[in-house]
Amino acid sequence: MTGLHEPTLPAEWELVVGLEVHVELATQTKLFCGCANEFSTEPNTNVCPTCLGLPGSLPVMNETVVDFAMRLGRALGCSIHPSVMARKNYFYPDMAKDFQTTQYDQPTNRDGELALADGTVVGIERAHIEEDAGKTTHVGGGGRINDATYSLVDYNRAGVPLVEIVSHPDIRTVEHAKAYVSELRDILLAIAVSDAKMEEGSMRVDANVSVRPVGSSELRTRCELKNINSIRSLGRAIEYEACRHVDLYESDEAPRQETRHWDEDGGRSTAGRSKEDADDYRYFQEPDLVPLTPTPEQVAAIDGAMPVLPAARRARLGELSAVADDVVATVVERCQDALALGAIEAGADADKVLTRIQNDLAVDDWSAVTGQTLATLVQMESGGELSATQAKQVLADMAAGNHGGDPKSIAEARGFEAMESDALETLIDQLINDNPDEWFRFTSDDEGDRKKMQGFFTGQIMKATKGQADGRAVAELLSRKSAG
Amino acid sequence: MSALDIAAAVRSGERSAADVVDEYLARIDARDGELNAFNLVLAEEARAAAAAVDATVAAGDDPGPLAGVPVALKDNMCTRGVATTCSSKILEGWQPPYDATVVERLAAAGAVAVGKTNLDEFAMGSSTENSAFGPTRNPLDVDRVPGGSSGGSAAAVAAGLAAISLGSDTGGSIRQPAAFCGVVGMKPTYGAVSRYGLIAFGSSLDQIGPFSTSVADSAAVLEVIGGHDPLDSTSIDAPTFDLQAVLDRGVEGLRIGILRELSGGPDSVEGITSDVQDRAAAAAAALEAAGASVQEVSVPSATLGLSAYYLVAPAEASSNLSRFDGVRFGLRIDAPTTGEMMTATRTAGFGTEVKRRIMLGTYALSAGYYDAFYGKALKVRTLMLAEFATAYEQVDLLLTPTAPTTAFPLGERTADPMTMYVNDVCTIPSNLTGHPGISVPFGVGDDGMPVGVQLLGPALSEPTIYQAAAVLEEVAP
Repeated sequence: MTGLHEPTLPAEWELVVGLEVHVELATQTKLFCGCANEFSTEPNTNVCPTCLGLPGSLPVMNETVVDFAMRLGRALGCSIHPSVMARKNYFYPDMAKDFQTTQYDQPTNRDGELALADGTVVGIERAHIEEDAGKTTHVGGGGRINDATYSLVDYNRAGVPLVEIVSHPDIRTVEHAKAYVSELRDILLAIAVSDAKMEEGSMRVDANVSVRPVGSSELRTRCELKNINSIRSLGRAIEYEACRHVDLYESDEAPRQETRHWDEDGGRSTAGRSKEDADDYRYFQEPDLVPLTPTPEQVAAIDGAMPVLPAARRARLGELSAVADDVVATVVERCQDALALGAIEAGADADKVLTRIQNDLAVDDWSAVTGQTLATLVQMESGGELSATQAKQVLADMAAGNHGGDPKSIAEARGFEAMESDALETLIDQLINDNPDEWFRFTSDDEGDRKKMQGFFTGQIMKATKGQADGRAVAELLSRKSAG
Repeated sequence: MSALDIAAAVRSGERSAADVVDEYLARIDARDGELNAFNLVLAEEARAAAAAVDATVAAGDDPGPLAGVPVALKDNMCTRGVATTCSSKILEGWQPPYDATVVERLAAAGAVAVGKTNLDEFAMGSSTENSAFGPTRNPLDVDRVPGGSSGGSAAAVAAGLAAISLGSDTGGSIRQPAAFCGVVGMKPTYGAVSRYGLIAFGSSLDQIGPFSTSVADSAAVLEVIGGHDPLDSTSIDAPTFDLQAVLDRGVEGLRIGILRELSGGPDSVEGITSDVQDRAAAAAAALEAAGASVQEVSVPSATLGLSAYYLVAPAEASSNLSRFDGVRFGLRIDAPTTGEMMTATRTAGFGTEVKRRIMLGTYALSAGYYDAFYGKALKVRTLMLAEFATAYEQVDLLLTPTAPTTAFPLGERTADPMTMYVNDVCTIPSNLTGHPGISVPFGVGDDGMPVGVQLLGPALSEPTIYQAAAVLEEVAP
């Protein structure tokens, strides 16, 4: 809906946002039973008495979940606490037991923070373990539970382990909200606890949005936005909701505290469940599970095994190169920074290495490329042995593992030989001789003509050399000859 | 014939399991029409299981320590492919796809399940009158209740319809009916027996245990069903009990405490009848005569047990019973919307006492009331644990009456829930603390009905409890 006008928040109002992010943990099995924690297209196949909530069944805590949750907590700088699971009681058909087992007043992780790339720090209140519900499909009527003809429930997702990361309401701009989610996703990938895909629902973001006059420190009534499926969508939803609040305040009305549903196609939020019959979840300690009591040794082991996090990895590459921040960010996001560091260490130019990776290594599997071979490739290009176009092709072959991933063998096999500059000069002289009118226009003062003719000569040279000429060397020679 | 005698005869080939099972099935046929101890008799399944035991014996293999012993299962324990009802309409038509751990362990030991027994709906009650399938009657006087909630299991053993049975005890539901029916009933330490497959009432209180006609049989069954189960997180990871070996050790040197607050005397809860008080005092004297030392011990918070229990148990039940919503299993009353379907199903499916406790528990957990009710009950539990710990520094075991009275007439207490609830005043404290307790018959009351005496001990004191229970059984009038 790019054609629609996106509202922007008036300057005299400040945005106040807190984010609640649910992350599905990538464990082998579910939180409380041995069922596979994997997507299945056939409904109700990854189920057992426990995740179906059958009478008499009991939960058993998946220890890997606790480990993953603590790993995430430590990556966010949280302190780790003894905790108990609690029951959150409410009736809903996809919540098999009609209560959710979650952490309530004693979460595992508390009081952390997330630093954004620009240095802004967002406080983390808690990151707690809980179980996911099944999935309900309402058929007929308006597709909602109250007017459906019937409803179908798939319990494959019931009991999938989640960690809910709750931020403080520290976020003041849409860009920061998006950066927070992006950074969190990078951390989740770096510590390998989730595949963190918003589009597929393994990372779900709810935004608590309110506004206040600039300069005020009050916290006004907030609305919780659900059904946000991408980072872009998050930005639009927050912007829309904030403007809705401003409109209400400016017409002497006020928003009601409620859950709202983001409608991506319509570009608006709609009122969800009414809070008139205020939920009372009757939390109490889950008697079927024993308290979790992490030892200092466990926490130390997690800290000891903690990989270098994305922020530090970006900083490291930033120190070594002069490329733009987004190039570094992309390379780190794709976890290609170790490869880049290897190539730089092997003597290749840092900027060239990073640019080459960012532009030409956006592939799923690049395991055949090593720091050493990448360095060789970049050096071949720098030394004029390969043109930029050829280097790109050689890198694709390296990633595919052709010729053992060796750039020299690949270049030889493809018949790539950089033209000696003497030969190139002879060829250009020949072309100037054969195309005097075009050469005259190239040397004229008309900028448009000059550009057009630069394209003409370069094209002719590439054609004659079957693409083996180095584009930069060609441009240099043409420029020298027109000046001289 | 005791369970151990049956097992010995079957194991030696002296008697076939098929013959034993036929004898019990014939007695069920003759007697259960009147008693209503069973919700379901598993005649075919029992004959098939008995034949398998006989085949094992014939092949020269070990058929297990309870070979051919007919066992009745309280109908709140899951049995694969066999209706499990909790004596409630709401589970109509449901057949669990799995066996409870205790059911598996009994079968592996060679025991033969002959049926599922009646109970107060979802184990909520003390007389087995709150059943969707009608009350069970006391085999010793069919105009009286068998106690509850495991009344069907107690009556089945008392009437010889099963050699042993399993019950579940949340506030006294094994010990009180054992006392009323004149059999032995044991509630083990919380976590000593797996709850996997036991349909929950009060999860932090529920514990499965055996009914039997002798202390030795009780010990043999607990040895089979006890021990760690990875499927129950609250199951204690400790070695299994060795109980039969301690039964002949006597009580010489054991320190027995008369629990002052549950004795009927000064400072005691009210309502313990004088004949019951007398029998408990006689039991203490008998233990003393057998070489134990006896002294009075005070646990003041024991008087708070009933109040704390009626907050904790309903609170947990209100959550445990939420899943009976008509969506996945059991009864469903169709209605235009999902919410209305759930309401209609629960309204039609649950009986009055279950609804009362769901409402009590929902209230006790509600925002604004939690601290005053549920939170306070948890504090009482903590206090009781501390006071009992102090008591067990002075004595090895405590002795009390199992129930304040003998079995009362059917219908006498159904009108007023409070008169029903006080039945469990002596048994509830050990559920709140998670401690073990056994009820052993010790004579009869003024009405000629049996009186049960209860021995209590700290966590995992089962060997000491059985040691003393064996002496009580021997000297009982």
